[in-house]
Amino acid sequence: MTGLLADLGRASLGVCERLGRGHLFLLQIFLGLPSLARRPRLLMVQVWSVGVQSLLIIVVAGTFVGMVLALQGYNTLVTFGAEQSLGVVVAKSLLRELGPVIAALLFAGRAGSALTAEIGFMKATEQLSAMEMMAVNPVHRIVVPRFVAGVTAMPLLATIFTAVGILGGHFCGVGLLGVDDGAFWSQMQAKVMLVDDVLNGVLIKSLVFGFVVSWIAVFEGYDAVPTSEGVSAATTRTVVHSSLAILALDFILTGLMFN
Amino acid sequence: MRNPDPPIVCIRDLRFQRGARLIFDGIDLDIQRGKVTAILGPSGTGKTTLLRLIGGQLAPSGGSVLVEGQDVQQLGQSALYTLRKRMGMLFQSGALLTDLTVFENVAFPLREHTNLTPALLRSLVLMKLEMVGLRGARDLYPRELSGGMARRVALARAIALDPNMILYDEPFSGQDPISMGILVRLIRELSDALGLTSVLVSHDVAETNSIADYIYVLAGAKIVGVGTPAQLQASSSPMVRQFMGGLADGPVPFHFPARGYLEDLLAPTP
Repeated sequence: MTGLLADLGRASLGVCERLGRGHLFLLQIFLGLPSLARRPRLLMVQVWSVGVQSLLIIVVAGTFVGMVLALQGYNTLVTFGAEQSLGVVVAKSLLRELGPVIAALLFAGRAGSALTAEIGFMKATEQLSAMEMMAVNPVHRIVVPRFVAGVTAMPLLATIFTAVGILGGHFCGVGLLGVDDGAFWSQMQAKVMLVDDVLNGVLIKSLVFGFVVSWIAVFEGYDAVPTSEGVSAATTRTVVHSSLAILALDFILTGLMFN
Repeated sequence: MRNPDPPIVCIRDLRFQRGARLIFDGIDLDIQRGKVTAILGPSGTGKTTLLRLIGGQLAPSGGSVLVEGQDVQQLGQSALYTLRKRMGMLFQSGALLTDLTVFENVAFPLREHTNLTPALLRSLVLMKLEMVGLRGARDLYPRELSGGMARRVALARAIALDPNMILYDEPFSGQDPISMGILVRLIRELSDALGLTSVLVSHDVAETNSIADYIYVLAGAKIVGVGTPAQLQASSSPMVRQFMGGLADGPVPFHFPARGYLEDLLAPTP
């Protein structure tokens, strides 16, 4: 019993210590932000890597999610003769919830894990140590551009996911199920609000998700045990912790912004 | 034998502990300017740790590490980075940046710390690559290099900023005889031609003896032998003789501590 309590205490202290290290690391990132202004090319390369290279999965997933939403929405709405509101249902669902949340989950799985693995591998192969010995701060040179790229790319990816999802919903609803084209777009135009749905929904949520996922990803990579098992474990932690953080934060943000 | 110049690295009463394990127990060590000083010792005695303490990447548990008269632990980040610009390090793995070509790897410290024109930067990088015989490999990526070539590129990168001192971490381990011969020659030539101070950590006795001016032998968290290669070869210390002669029996045990062999073999399977 005493041993169990001791283990529990040790584990709790370990979590607290890691949280502390993570926050100090975030502070280092913030302090390193000005260094990025001198080397904008580093940011462009990383936006390409974490953003543009995530486009395929975002576009494909967005299309199918939009189509499924339209299919399910149509089946429900047609019971009440309200199938002309399909555009609103698809758009609001995507803008407020599914767009930012699913895009962030995909982002964590593709770009977040890649960031952790890359930084962890650099640590395991002493590349970060070599930079330190060359008087180059690895947080400024390696971490800051990747973090900022993640925060920047996430809202763009979520917006693209949502836009493609709406097009997928249109294809399924109007093209396959026969909903009126004019009603689909005009009802959406009338009911979707710029601040409530677009700003509070897709943009703010995805910005918060991008911040948290990028933070977790770069920290896990930088803090990884420098062995192949250590990097593998860190990559897994990035995906698990990011996914849980996205879902928990989505609940909190929805509560704050839509109630 | 001692150089009248003050040592470039002065270590006093250095203690370092990792977990419960004592790595250094009050060692004193001087690195003389312009000389090749080797740190020899069995694997796991903390030779690489010593280089990291000199470079300020690790903090000692006690004692002091002075480089060019400055206590490394007392330096702020900016001062430490200024000091490191005068200090190159060759990592055991080479530690080349895998997303950059050979040329860009050598150019990396120059791009970070100087404002050279592209033409001058190119000339400098090609000169450094020529010194290690890899000018023709400038467009290759690290994944396309052999272990020996990677280490030579890393050496070119380490001397890119014309440092005063280079720290070599196990430069000969895992090298074929040709690569090893080239590296031995390069280290000696760099030291002689550029007046560089070289600190060489190794457990390859023969190669180290052939180029070192001065050798420290580390074992059991202490310095057990100091002197020129010839002095150490003639040493009567059992620990130094065991290491310099590559003997299995001696004060440094071959076996990790364990219970009796027969007792272990006859013990029931858990």
